[in-house]
Amino acid sequence: MSVISAPLADSSTMMRRNFRHTMRNPLTLLNAIIMPIFVMFLMVYVLGDAFSVGVDYADYATPGLIIMTICYGIGPTATAVNSDMTTGFINRLRVMDVSRAAVLNAHVISTVLRTLVAIAFVVGVAFLMGFRPSASFPQWLGAIGIVVLTALAISWLTVAAGLSAKSPEGAGILGVPLMLLPFLSSAFAPADRMGPGARQFAEYQPFTPIIETLRGLLNGTPSTGTAITAIAWCAGLSLAGYLWARASFTKRA
Amino acid sequence: MNGSAIAASGLRKAYKDKTVLDGIDLDVRTGTIFALLGPNGAGKTTTVNVLTTLLAPDAGKVVVAGHDVSTEARAVRAAIGVTGQFASVDNLLTGEENLLMMADLLRLPRAEGRRIAGRLLDRFDLVEAAGKLAASYSGGMRRKLDLAMTLVGNPQIIFLDEPTTGLDPRSRRTMWQIIRELVADGTTIFLTTQYLEEADELAGRIAVLDRGRLVAEGTADELKRGVPGSHIRLRFADRHELDVAARVLHGSTRDDEELTLRVPGDGGVRSLRALLDRLDAQSVEVEELSVHTPDLDDVFLALTGHGNLNDQENPDDHENKEVGAR
Ligand SMILES: Nc1ncnc2c1ncn2[C@@H]1O[C@H](COP(=O)(O)OP(=O)(O)O)[C@@H](O)[C@H]1O
Ligand SMILES: [Mg+2]
Repeated sequence: MSVISAPLADSSTMMRRNFRHTMRNPLTLLNAIIMPIFVMFLMVYVLGDAFSVGVDYADYATPGLIIMTICYGIGPTATAVNSDMTTGFINRLRVMDVSRAAVLNAHVISTVLRTLVAIAFVVGVAFLMGFRPSASFPQWLGAIGIVVLTALAISWLTVAAGLSAKSPEGAGILGVPLMLLPFLSSAFAPADRMGPGARQFAEYQPFTPIIETLRGLLNGTPSTGTAITAIAWCAGLSLAGYLWARASFTKRA
Repeated sequence: MNGSAIAASGLRKAYKDKTVLDGIDLDVRTGTIFALLGPNGAGKTTTVNVLTTLLAPDAGKVVVAGHDVSTEARAVRAAIGVTGQFASVDNLLTGEENLLMMADLLRLPRAEGRRIAGRLLDRFDLVEAAGKLAASYSGGMRRKLDLAMTLVGNPQIIFLDEPTTGLDPRSRRTMWQIIRELVADGTTIFLTTQYLEEADELAGRIAVLDRGRLVAEGTADELKRGVPGSHIRLRFADRHELDVAARVLHGSTRDDEELTLRVPGDGGVRSLRALLDRLDAQSVEVEELSVHTPDLDDVFLALTGHGNLNDQENPDDHENKEVGAR
């Protein structure tokens, strides 16, 4: 088998495995969907009127919820990667000469795909709640692009965290900050409305430019400057996650 | 045919300043079972990891299936199969899917993968459970599936790290039977164990590992021979008989409470007859006679000077142990 097709074959075998895992444990998908939808109900029907954001609140909040869905969908990945490491599954593959990238790539790709399915559900519900995007077709593509980049970045970080955690439970806890970060961004209220400390934090953390970019694209008013910041964050975080994952993979055998 | 399947010399491994392997030499002949016996923390898993290309030693040379582990890892991996200390089956796949996944990773053609999976399920008595998720398997079934997954690639040399730890006695016997069949087919087996009985039962050669050093190596009989402790135990009806016997049998040790006498000796027929003749001459009646040969527990005590293997077992291991067959 050639140098290129062997890792591809291994990755697709591992992908099939991960796909079966998701189908047999649909809660992993459901968890990613329910929480964002719950937050959306809360924001749009209960609290939304309290923030006047200048546009329809469903339009304002949906981009943040989309990013939140990514963060809520990664728990199972951290646990799965960790148990692969701690139960000796990864060692078994290493002794079989399976390309190391295959296992990790498969986890990242299946997490991104699972996340996209969850996001499709969340966006569907958003439409029912009055979400009316005004994006053109290319802007839609751009929106999908930024979502995929964000999902890639978060997935690589999650895989790395899963590889380096001592236990599956520990791996799960590493995901908690990711679930809280969107609340401290411009997801539900503009950063300049927040208190002093929170405002600085919100302005400089990666989720704010990412959400602003997505919001701009969906509302048909994209800003190139924010988009570049967002893409740079995604690329940087993906690279950091990838390097971290590779290092933990090599170190822990 | 009896070439060397595994040859290691001068293996050393330390984590920071903790020495885990302190100069290990091993030679395992093709087509035999070799047991590495040692308590928890002795360095068994570390040894297996080094021999199977998973861990680079700090010093030493390892040749497995004729290939150097450090420079020809790929060739070594093609020849070996490894079943780790913890069953690494995929819980969310069925038994059959686990086996087919191995076949896919070995890039076997579909039809061949199915044929091999079917044969292994049959051989390990897992046909009925083939379509069930591995999560629902018992400890013994998981170990069997784990080993079956290792066998998909038809390895020449198989490493089994504590293959029966935590199994109930019946599953343990089944596992032993499977291991014997493998070696009958010409496979070489390197297994680690904490159980003296297991090493005694299965292995042609046994190496005793203690705190990163090999303290003895040989067949079970060789190991036992090197250990004092072979003796004959006599029990008497009363104190008087014991007194007389103790007087005529030199070098014996008496236990007044138990009314027993321990006479050093190998329990061979001739020396036994001589001993009974001496007692007859004094008209001493023996209530009970038993011959004791040292078991591997005695060997371990004699070699390491720090007791029975089980004293050192990690408490966690007891929790894993299933209650024996009732
Ligand atoms: N990655 C590691 N880092 C530090 N110490 C380790 C590591 N792996 C094993 N050890 C130590 O090495 C010793 C031998 O471990 P191991 O080979 O797992 O023993 P065994 O398999 O015989 O129970 C133990 O004291 C263990 O704590
Ligand atoms: Mg071990």
